[in-house]
Amino acid sequence: MTAVRTSPARRTAPRPTVLRTRGGLSLRLGRRALLVCAALALTGILVAVLSLGMGSYRLSPAEVVATLFGDGPPGADFVVVDLRLPRVLDGLLAGFAMGMSGAVFQSLARNPLGSPDVIGFGSGASAGALVSVILLEAGTAQIALGAVAGGLATAAAVYLLAWRRGVHGYRLVLVGIGGSAVLGSLTSYLYVRADIGKAAEAATWMIGSLNGRGWPDVSVAALGVVALAPAVLALARRLSLLEMGDDTAAALGVAPERSRLALLATGTGLTALAVAAAGPIPFVALAAPQLARRLTRSPGPNVLPAAWMGAVLVTLADWSAQRVSGTGILPVGVITGVGGGVYLAWLLFLERRSGKL
Amino acid sequence: MTTTATAVAPAPEAKPAPPAGRRVMRAGGLLLGLALLAVVVLVSIAVGAKAIPLDQVWHGLFGSTGTADDRIVRELRLPRTALGVAAGAALGLAGAVMQSLTRNPLADPGLLGVNAGASAAVVTAISVLGITSFTGYLWFALAGAGVAAVLVNALGGSRAATPVRLALAGTAVNAALFGYVNGLQLTDLGALETMRHWSIGTLTGRRGDLLLTALPFLLAGAVLAMAVARPLNAVALGEDTARSLGARLGRTRVLSIVAITLLSGAATAVCGPIGFIGLMIPHAVRAFCGPDNRWLFPYCAVFAPVLLLGSDIIGRVLVPPSEIEVGVVTAFFGGLLFIHLVRRRKVAQL
Repeated sequence: MTAVRTSPARRTAPRPTVLRTRGGLSLRLGRRALLVCAALALTGILVAVLSLGMGSYRLSPAEVVATLFGDGPPGADFVVVDLRLPRVLDGLLAGFAMGMSGAVFQSLARNPLGSPDVIGFGSGASAGALVSVILLEAGTAQIALGAVAGGLATAAAVYLLAWRRGVHGYRLVLVGIGGSAVLGSLTSYLYVRADIGKAAEAATWMIGSLNGRGWPDVSVAALGVVALAPAVLALARRLSLLEMGDDTAAALGVAPERSRLALLATGTGLTALAVAAAGPIPFVALAAPQLARRLTRSPGPNVLPAAWMGAVLVTLADWSAQRVSGTGILPVGVITGVGGGVYLAWLLFLERRSGKL
Repeated sequence: MTTTATAVAPAPEAKPAPPAGRRVMRAGGLLLGLALLAVVVLVSIAVGAKAIPLDQVWHGLFGSTGTADDRIVRELRLPRTALGVAAGAALGLAGAVMQSLTRNPLADPGLLGVNAGASAAVVTAISVLGITSFTGYLWFALAGAGVAAVLVNALGGSRAATPVRLALAGTAVNAALFGYVNGLQLTDLGALETMRHWSIGTLTGRRGDLLLTALPFLLAGAVLAMAVARPLNAVALGEDTARSLGARLGRTRVLSIVAITLLSGAATAVCGPIGFIGLMIPHAVRAFCGPDNRWLFPYCAVFAPVLLLGSDIIGRVLVPPSEIEVGVVTAFFGGLLFIHLVRRRKVAQL
């Protein structure tokens, strides 16, 4: 774990500012982490404005901003606000949720590869969505509901199966891998059975796509971010204590099993809602926390920077997907999948060279 | 590490060679496995959308007169069954070699991305390069499997590679490769119709001549696997011990990787990615025949086709009149077994 290995010799690490209230509450703020968050948020908004202006009806960034404030060129209002804004917002929010839950799961599993998409919660959500698309012929809202139900049911099953006098991070990861194999077989069975029209619809639920997302999807993603992100942020302080091991955490006043359950529940909720809104976009949850940690240079889970990084990654990937294909038919998941594969090779190489793998 | 633990377990005064009774038992078990395989082969020919009585099966096999039943037996069921036997043996052997080479009880060509590597290479060959002949994409499958096998060895060969880390790395590699395959399919809706069937392992719809083209590669892989069985026994004791016992580590590694590549690459080229056979079989037979690779490998080659054909038969009868692909069946049960293995052991042992 990088958190443990940070040497005291690294004097350049910024001293955090601590805010205290008289009531005994305190909040630790790392200046660099705050700066990184602000920079990432700015980048995300910048890319969002760029992709709002992109397409067969081109607008300059200034025109886009003017349109968003209500005095753009005539007709731009419909294109920007009704057609393109939901897609961009959906990407931002889903990426935010994925990055955040990725940080939580990687910290819980104590492994940079232990992100929710690798250990099967993403595949649970996508199996739920597929069952609703193919078997129940559901509409948008029901598909989202199916994805959430699938994700939560998978997480509960994996947690219970991994339970043996407490849940060890590694056992959770391995049971998740097995579970995702079982779910994957179910998914591919349904996928091959479906007729071609439905298979195409189902395929976007297997790779992650922002094509044709509307306001209902945005509200699903927003629900996750508004309702669960504050809870995750409140719980995130316990993560750095849990990383020290269960005994140490318990001695320092954090109930390990209860905290882990709470973090798993909120993290899974975030993943499931993000998948319901945008499909299982691969590798965002895997890459965002690692990239964020390298930017903030701060040990610990870096939950908020990871969330912003996720938002930037998804919007950036969607922007480049639209640029590459021109027609916007290439799903965002293909870009993150290929980019994530390259990133993963690099991660494995680093891990191996430092003797951790 | 189970292999290591069991291999070191005998007390120093135990005789180096196993007692004769044990050898007879092992040989008997192998014969029993062959008999079981013969039964499963017959059932596989007889069972399907049209049930064919056994005397008709016999008639179709040995005295064909061109009746409808004879044609089903000779042109559909027989190639399918032969394919199942060959692919099953190949995947079981590849799994056993991999578990010995990486000294990792969770190693499996499907789980660690070797089958996915072959699969991604084939899909690239079909949709990007427009290659349609089977011999054309067999080479791509072998190349893809080879790259993935080298990667797995590089990851698995290091000292700190615990089974957990290797399994995670493999899963992530799998996710990347299948994401790539899915993405290629989505960009081309015409290809989606044909390739979505290809991206799941199945024994149907392939012709016997595919098997004939792949057979030399499979046989070469099997011979290589048997050749490295003995040196791999020494590798199970750890690298330093193996070296001091006179094993040539570099040569053993290279030959093992070539064997894994040939076996799982060729099997994937014919059937598509079928996972978990290589994980389940070595665990199941090791309980009976012990950790000695010279016995373990033949056992795997005999019992793995039993499992693959059995899964195929289950897939045929479960939802008549349609079928479930064998890759779906093995992934389902394999995933459950994987969870069972993980739950049973202590984390320190994994």
